[in-house]
Amino acid sequence: MSAPDGWEAVIGLEVHCELRTRTKLFCGCRNAFGSEPNTNVCPVCLGLPGSLPVLNEAAVELAMRIGAALHCEIRPSVFHRKNYFYPDMPKDYQVSQYDEPINVDGYLDLPDGSRVGIVRAHIEEDTGKTSHVGETGRIHGAGHALVDYNRAGVPLVEIVSAPDITTAAQARLYAAELRAILVASGASDGRMEEGSMRVDANVSVRRVGDVRLGTRCEVKNLNSLRSLARAVDHEIERQVGVIESGGVVEQQTRHWDEDQGCTVALRSKEEAFDYRYFPEPDLVPLDPDAAWIERVRASLGPMPADRRAAVTALLGGGEPSDARSDQVATVVELGLDHLVTAAASAGVDPALALARTANEAAAAAEAARSVDPAAYAALLQMEQRQELSATQAKAVLAELMAGGGDPAQIAGRMGFEALAADSLAEVVAAVVAEHPDEWERFCGGEAKLAGFFTGHVMRRTQGKANGKAVAAELARLRG
Amino acid sequence: MARLARIALTEDELDRYAPQLASVLEHAAQVAALDTAGAAPTAHPFPLRNVLRPDEPRPSLDPQVVLAEAPAAEEGRFRVPRILGEAP
Repeated sequence: MSAPDGWEAVIGLEVHCELRTRTKLFCGCRNAFGSEPNTNVCPVCLGLPGSLPVLNEAAVELAMRIGAALHCEIRPSVFHRKNYFYPDMPKDYQVSQYDEPINVDGYLDLPDGSRVGIVRAHIEEDTGKTSHVGETGRIHGAGHALVDYNRAGVPLVEIVSAPDITTAAQARLYAAELRAILVASGASDGRMEEGSMRVDANVSVRRVGDVRLGTRCEVKNLNSLRSLARAVDHEIERQVGVIESGGVVEQQTRHWDEDQGCTVALRSKEEAFDYRYFPEPDLVPLDPDAAWIERVRASLGPMPADRRAAVTALLGGGEPSDARSDQVATVVELGLDHLVTAAASAGVDPALALARTANEAAAAAEAARSVDPAAYAALLQMEQRQELSATQAKAVLAELMAGGGDPAQIAGRMGFEALAADSLAEVVAAVVAEHPDEWERFCGGEAKLAGFFTGHVMRRTQGKANGKAVAAELARLRG
Repeated sequence: MARLARIALTEDELDRYAPQLASVLEHAAQVAALDTAGAAPTAHPFPLRNVLRPDEPRPSLDPQVVLAEAPAAEEGRFRVPRILGEAP
């Protein structure tokens, strides 16, 4: 869906990405999701008097990787304190980068051919997690709140796009491509449902041809790509409705309500915070030298767009179908494209390799990533040679992902011992000889009798015969 | 400024702090009056860059000890008063 006739939307996205470090940004507490509350805290991240922050080198390196992957200039930077009163930060300020961020002026090319500018990608610390307790379970009507500071101080990079996005679909595409890049660069696990990637959308509308920007609203609480697209569509429609009915769009922060399918005002511009930014006196400037920056740029592997192109090239035959493109996008996004490549270079039909990887392997992506590519290729070769039926190959793959090993041995252990082609031919010939009447009718055109013969062959081979191979042998005998 | 700082002062305190604040502001005015054209902004008084630590975990505090210092705790978490509005 795009903006109503006569209107266009101007959209910019702010993406917060938790970095995959072992420890927090300024202290040695673990950066871990799902620990017991307040078990990963220390004087630094609790803001206790006298404690001092020391910057995590790995966080800087990952931030630089993000900057390099987004074609940013990587610059000297300074940390600031962003002051505010809210119990999610025990220090009463968040350390962030303000007017001198580490990464500026990059861009991201989307699969639809459009380019979205990256204004900046700066380092900051995450806040603690607040749960509101009360009768309604919502913020309003909550009796009190409980705070867990395990997340306080976890390193983040905030990536701010230029307002180059014009539709909800493009916003979704941008977020999906950015997530793939964050994962490919090793900076993040990209899990939106666990909050390790969070998206806020700045949306405004204007009449087509108008050069002035409309008043923008910031939409928060977008916990999935689907929520992002729905919320942006809703917000465009809402703002157009307000203006068309003679009203004025107020600059606001709005909360996306997934269940109601609408955005709700949280606070307006008059309540906007004055953060009183000032340079963090406890941290010195960050100034990565040219050699470090060069090392980071050189160590980046191929980005998702190049990897998709590589898998697509294996398939051959020009522009792939939408379904194929989706499969290619899936295997790259999940980091499984090396399995397709390995199988294809071992002689497996690339279409079969892609299908197994995008479906069966993708369903258990984490386990699939640790599968030995050579074993994976060997399994698909067995399927291709019809030593295993599709169903059997999937069962062996499940075992391979669960515990590794040699696919031929796994198949043997599971009783999938393949029937050699010559012994299959013998069994089929024997079954045909035992049922001359049925064979005559089959040859006379009663095609459904194929099932009768297949059934007998299966019984005699205890199900080890491959259905397709039996059908082929029957067809061969009939001539 | 009092609202930003979330500090409520009594009349006596106002009388005491107003002159102190005035002298701070006067000092700031003196600095502001200097001609700083051509002087690069100073991010930090020390001529240091890139003070970094390796990404090695260190022991965290015992949550029992941590929460014992809090005015109120519940379910392993800090209990705080009802919050008006949303996080910034």
